[in-house]
Amino acid sequence: MEFRQQTLDNGLEVVAECNPQAYSTAVAFFVKTGARDENPEIAGVSHFLEHMVFKGTTTRTAEDVNRTLDEIGSHSNAFTSEEQTVFFATVLPEYQDQAVELLGDIMRPALREHDFETEKQVILEEIAKYDDQPPFGANEKCMASHFPQHSLGQSVLGTCESVDALNADQMRGYFEERYSPQNMALVAAGNVDFDQLVKQANQSCGRWTPFPTQRATPRAQSHSGLEIVQHSAAHQEYVVQIANGPAAEDSNRYAGRLLATILGDDSGSRLFWELVDTGLAEYASVAAYEFQGTGIFMTFLCCAPGDTLRNLERVREIELQLESSGVRVEELLQAQNKISSHLILQSERSTNRMFSVGNHWIQRHEYRTVRDIINAYQEVTCDHITKLIQEYPLHASTTVVVGPHAELAQS
Amino acid sequence: MPWLESVAFAILLPAGVRHDPDNRAGLANLTCEMVQRGCGNRNSRQFVDDLENLGVDRSASVSNAHTSFGGAMPADRLSKALQIYADLIQRPLLPNDQLEDSRQVCLHEIRAVDDDPAQKAMQELRNRHYGEPYGKPTQGTFTSVENISIGDVQSHVNATYQPAGAILSVAGKFQWDELRQQVEHLFGDWEARPTKPVPEKAGAGSYFHIAHESSQTHIAIAYPSVPYSDPQYYQARGAVGVLSDGMSSRLFDEVREKRGLCYTVHAHCHSFRDRGSVICYSGTTTERAQETLDVVLGELTRLAEGIRPEELNRLKARIKSALIMQQESSAARSGSIAADWYYLERVQTLEEIGRIIDDLSCHSINAYLAEHPPANFTIVTLGEKQLEIPLGISSANAR
Repeated sequence: MEFRQQTLDNGLEVVAECNPQAYSTAVAFFVKTGARDENPEIAGVSHFLEHMVFKGTTTRTAEDVNRTLDEIGSHSNAFTSEEQTVFFATVLPEYQDQAVELLGDIMRPALREHDFETEKQVILEEIAKYDDQPPFGANEKCMASHFPQHSLGQSVLGTCESVDALNADQMRGYFEERYSPQNMALVAAGNVDFDQLVKQANQSCGRWTPFPTQRATPRAQSHSGLEIVQHSAAHQEYVVQIANGPAAEDSNRYAGRLLATILGDDSGSRLFWELVDTGLAEYASVAAYEFQGTGIFMTFLCCAPGDTLRNLERVREIELQLESSGVRVEELLQAQNKISSHLILQSERSTNRMFSVGNHWIQRHEYRTVRDIINAYQEVTCDHITKLIQEYPLHASTTVVVGPHAELAQS
Repeated sequence: MPWLESVAFAILLPAGVRHDPDNRAGLANLTCEMVQRGCGNRNSRQFVDDLENLGVDRSASVSNAHTSFGGAMPADRLSKALQIYADLIQRPLLPNDQLEDSRQVCLHEIRAVDDDPAQKAMQELRNRHYGEPYGKPTQGTFTSVENISIGDVQSHVNATYQPAGAILSVAGKFQWDELRQQVEHLFGDWEARPTKPVPEKAGAGSYFHIAHESSQTHIAIAYPSVPYSDPQYYQARGAVGVLSDGMSSRLFDEVREKRGLCYTVHAHCHSFRDRGSVICYSGTTTERAQETLDVVLGELTRLAEGIRPEELNRLKARIKSALIMQQESSAARSGSIAADWYYLERVQTLEEIGRIIDDLSCHSINAYLAEHPPANFTIVTLGEKQLEIPLGISSANAR
C-alpha cells in the first residue's frame, strides 16, 4: 500500500492509494463545490450540473458517455452534497486509462440547451420522488431552520421553483466560477498505476485553465426551536434534530463520531435500548456530520403519531444524562470496536478507500491509512467525550417534525 | 479468500413468511425479532453487546422461503460469532416479557410500508402476480400481528428453525477443517423435523390501481420468466440486462435520457426455486405517468424483437467486472454461495459463471426471447390517477 501525490502545472492535484493486490481500480474527480456555494437564485445548480456533466462534451454526446462507461464495465455514478460534487467510476485495472480519460473529458461539459431542458425534467422528477418518500423533506427543512442566513441551510436539490427558473447561462456562469483545476482533485485507490494516472491526467486535464475560487466558511450561529410541517398522507411522524458538533478540521471529530455511536447507533446504543428495542419508535439514531468551519449532530426519530412528544422528552432525558455524567468506559470500548471493525470491512473495497482518501484530501489536505484512522478512534478517552459534550450541548437543538397533523398531539 | 482480512457467514433457515397462517401473517417476522432478544446464557443486551464487541456487522431478514442471519467481521472472530448464532438458532430464550416490545417493532414496519409508496406498489404487485404463498408480504397486517401469541412464536421456532433445508455458508479468510469441526460440534445434535406443505393460490394478475395522495405515480410491472435454476436462466438474465443494466441500457436511455420522464426506472430478474419473473419499476409525476407506462411497456414488448451484439458486449463487460469485484467482499460472496446452494444445490464458482457469460450470444438470447416473449403483464400503479392499459397487454386480457 503506497500513497502517491502529484500536482499538475494548472494546479489539479492527483492523489492515490496504490494497492497492487486489489482486484479493482476506483477513480474519481472530487470538485469542491456544492449547495453551500450557491446563492438562493441558483439553488440546486450544483446538483443539476452534476447531471449535466454526463450529457457530453464538444466531442461526445450523452449516449457516447453512457455507452463508454458501460463498455469498460464500469460501476460509476456521481453525487452532490453541501460541499462536494463527486464523479466516480470503479473498473478492472486494465480499464484505468479509459476511465480517467472519460471522466477527465466530461469534467468540461458542453452544457447544450436541448440536453439542459430534458434533464431539467429528470431533476424535477427526482425532487418529486423525495417528496413522496420518508422523511418527506424533514432533513432539509431542519438544515434550513438550523442554519438561517447561512449557506449550509441551502437544499442540495433546490426546489421545483428554483430549478424550473434556472437557465443554461446561469449554469455556465456557475461552472466557470467553480470547476477550476485548483478547486478539484483526481483521486484513485485500489490497483492504481500512478505514473500512468498522472500521464493520463496531463493529457485529459492539462489544458484546463486555472482560476481562483473562494468559499466563505463562517461559524454558524447556534439556533434552537421547533417546527411542525403537516404532510397529511403520512402514517408516522418523522423528526429531525440538529445540534452543533465538531467541524471537519477539528481533531475532536473522532470523539464526535464515537459520541454519536454511543448515543444513537442503529443498534446497541442508548437511544436503541430506550426507544427502538422497546418498540416506542421505528428508529431513533444519531449521526455526526462535519463541514468546513462547522459540524452537526443529526438525530432521526420516527414513531406513531401521538408518541412523538413523549419520545422527544425521552431523547432529551438521555441527552441531559450524557451531559451530566458522560459516557462509561465499556460503552466507549464497544463503540471503538464497532467502528474499527466497520472500517476494516469497508476498506476491502477499492471504491470505499477512494471515497475515504478523497474526503480526507478535499477536506483537510491529508492522507490517512485505515490504521491511522482506527488509531485516532482508539486514542479517544471518556474525558475527551465529556469535554466535547460540554462544548457542544446536544440538547441545544433545532427540531423539525413532519407528520399527518399540524400539531403534536399527546396520545 | 485468503487475500481478505475479513470473513462472513450467512445462515438460511427454512422459516420464511410462506409458512405464516393468514390470521397470523407476520409471524415469521415477529419471530425473527424475538430470537434476537437473548439466547443460550445471554440476555438481549449481552447478545448485542458481545456481537458488537466482536465487531460483527450483523443482518437479519425474512423472505418468502427463509429467515436469514448474516455477519461479517475481522477474520479471527468467526468462531466466537458462530457460537452465539448456534445459540440463537437452537436455544433462543423468546422472553415473554419482550413480546409486546417486539410486536410494536413489527407494527412500525407496517406503518413504514404505508409511508413508502414505491414499496407499497411493489408489494401489491408481487401479491397479485405470484398469489399465495409466493406473493405474501413479510410484515402482515395490524390485526394479524395483534393476534400472535408467545405460543405461536414458540411453535414457529419449533417447526421451522431446523436443519432440514437450512444452509450455513462462509466466505473469506478461514480454515476449512477447523470450521467443519466447529460446525459439527455446534450443530451436530440439532434435530430435523418434517416440513409441512403450503397451499397455493394463483394471483389475480391483470391491472390494479391504488389511489394515493402523492407527487409521483409509482408503476410496477411483472411478467413471467424462468427461475435461477433453469438452464436458460442466463439467457433471460442477458435480455433483462440489455433492458436495465447500466446507463446505456434501453429503459434508462429511452425513458430517462431521451424523454426525461423519470428519475428511477429499472427491471430485474426475480426468482423462487421453481418460478421466476421479471419485475420492473418506475416513478414519475402524475401528468407524465401515462407516457412513462406506454414507453416502458413498449420497450418490454420490443425486447422480443431481439438484442444487438454491441448491447450484449457492454453487458458482458459489466457482469464480468461485477463478478471479479465480488471477490473484494466476503459478505457478498457468502450471500451468493448460500443462494446458489438453495437454488441449485451446488455452488457455481466465479470462473464457471464467467464462462457462461462468455458463451452468451445474441443468437442464444434472441432464440430464448422468441420462445419467451415478454407478455402477460401484471401491472400495479399507485398515485392520484388510474392509467390506461393498452388492450391485450395485461395478464387477464391475454388469458
